[in-house]
Amino acid sequence: MIAWLKELLGATPTTGIVDAATIGTASDPSVTLAKQLALVIDLNVCVGCHACVTSCKEWNTSGAAGPLVDQNAYGANPTGTFFNRVQTYEAGTFPNTETIHFPKSCLHCEEPPCVPVCPTGASYKRAEDGIVLVDYDKCIGCKYCAWACPYGAREIDEVRQVMTKCTLCVDRIYDPELPKEDRKPACVKACPTGARLFGDVKDPDSEVSIAIRERGGYSLMPEWQTKPANQYLPRRVTAVAGAPAGSASGDAPLS
Amino acid sequence: MNPAFSVIVFTTIAGAAQGLVVALAVALLAGRPFSSSFAEQALLVSGCLLVIGLGASFLHLGRPERAWRAAAMWRTSWLSREVIVLPAFIAVVGLGWLGLRSGGADQPVMNVLWSVSAIGLASLLWICTAMIYACLRFIEEWAHPLTIVNFTLTGLSSGLVLCGALAFFANEPLLSVVAPAALIATLAAWVGRAMAVRRNGAIRHRSTLQTAIGVDAPRLQQNSMGMSAGSFNTREFFHHASASALRHVKRIAQLAGFIAPTLLVILAMLTGSAGAWVLAVAAQGIGLVADRWLFFAQAKHPQNLYYQIVS
Repeated sequence: MIAWLKELLGATPTTGIVDAATIGTASDPSVTLAKQLALVIDLNVCVGCHACVTSCKEWNTSGAAGPLVDQNAYGANPTGTFFNRVQTYEAGTFPNTETIHFPKSCLHCEEPPCVPVCPTGASYKRAEDGIVLVDYDKCIGCKYCAWACPYGAREIDEVRQVMTKCTLCVDRIYDPELPKEDRKPACVKACPTGARLFGDVKDPDSEVSIAIRERGGYSLMPEWQTKPANQYLPRRVTAVAGAPAGSASGDAPLS
Repeated sequence: MNPAFSVIVFTTIAGAAQGLVVALAVALLAGRPFSSSFAEQALLVSGCLLVIGLGASFLHLGRPERAWRAAAMWRTSWLSREVIVLPAFIAVVGLGWLGLRSGGADQPVMNVLWSVSAIGLASLLWICTAMIYACLRFIEEWAHPLTIVNFTLTGLSSGLVLCGALAFFANEPLLSVVAPAALIATLAAWVGRAMAVRRNGAIRHRSTLQTAIGVDAPRLQQNSMGMSAGSFNTREFFHHASASALRHVKRIAQLAGFIAPTLLVILAMLTGSAGAWVLAVAAQGIGLVADRWLFFAQAKHPQNLYYQIVS
């Protein structure tokens, strides 16, 4: 909520904007969901191969969320709808630089700012597992939710004119027809280095919770209190086997 | 943000229509006499402006046939609230117009009832429209009380200037109060927008590339944004105009939106010139469209941090 408005309204919970936070189980800050599925992305091992991007596109364009349209696919300026992107950054000053491959998809925030702003209720957060979804049959394509997402996680489908976003492969992870080991998001299955972990961040014994706890998992843009469910594992310096104590595999501007 | 023309047109002309209706309603409550034919004409003008605005707002939707669904989430969404208040306001304007046409001008109770509901709904509509933007806490250019103040003041200013022009051509004695009110509102709107534009130019944003990707390195640069030729993210959130174009728009907005109407209203008050009123309305129309474009263009969305090439 906006600080100045909060001050202006005092503590009266009856005013509309304050209601915004207390409506619905999922967006109520006092109600903690028992289960929150999420991805944990290990920046230490992501090699920027884009396998998660293409695998996501392949699964979702053929699934419940599709088709994810491409325009001008073979022209000079192809554009299309993707739920997942991998970006590349460089940290440090030459020669002490480090390349960071950075996958980004919807973070399935515990306080998703995109959900309360939706005028039709097409955007919602599932109470049972915390996945933020769009009902494509209710979406009017006003793009307000995309404006309300600080991460740029939502992309409008230019042909269908509805908002689309990562579904955490909701049509896959519960599918009893699939073998148990395949009931994971397509991006997770595709990652050749195992940089993408999937699980329930509310279960302290899950793989993702342990990784967050033990490897310093962090949130993107923590300054906006969106409480992203997806978290990132920072890059770390790996000790060189057999080398004197304290020496690392390379100069690390990020340490 | 990339200013959407449909939203610019809608918010600008609906604002003027609201200002015009509020001017009439306040005059009615204050017991300032004006002819019912003038009121009828003014309500018709504001009704037409509102309907054009409503039409423009539909153009913003990807699926306009589903627009009726947008009233559903009024408990959480300012956009939904606006979707409810706008037709309600149009209905009140329409009822007022119908009442006048059926000769119901001399019913004091109805007049008060109508004025109060017209002023109330117009104010609510300004608040809803402004809060759509002001409630997005991470768009720091918008998340400020000035957003609400300025939507209201620019609406009042343009509505009063329009009311002045209509009153002038209808030979209404009401002009003697509307003209100074238009002058005051325009000056106030100028001050409010100048403060906001200045504030927006000097904001130090809380989000940086460092917080966006969570890497605390002093020098951090993007080498690839993840696609070769742009996406929704590179199109929707940045105006793609050059810095000099932005400066020009800023100047046009200030000159045509506020300075020219101020001077022209003064000129019209002094000389009783018809041309001055026409020019004031025309200049302000262009100026406020430029000003609303600037309102959107100045807003820096934090998602642009992930697309360093475009922003």
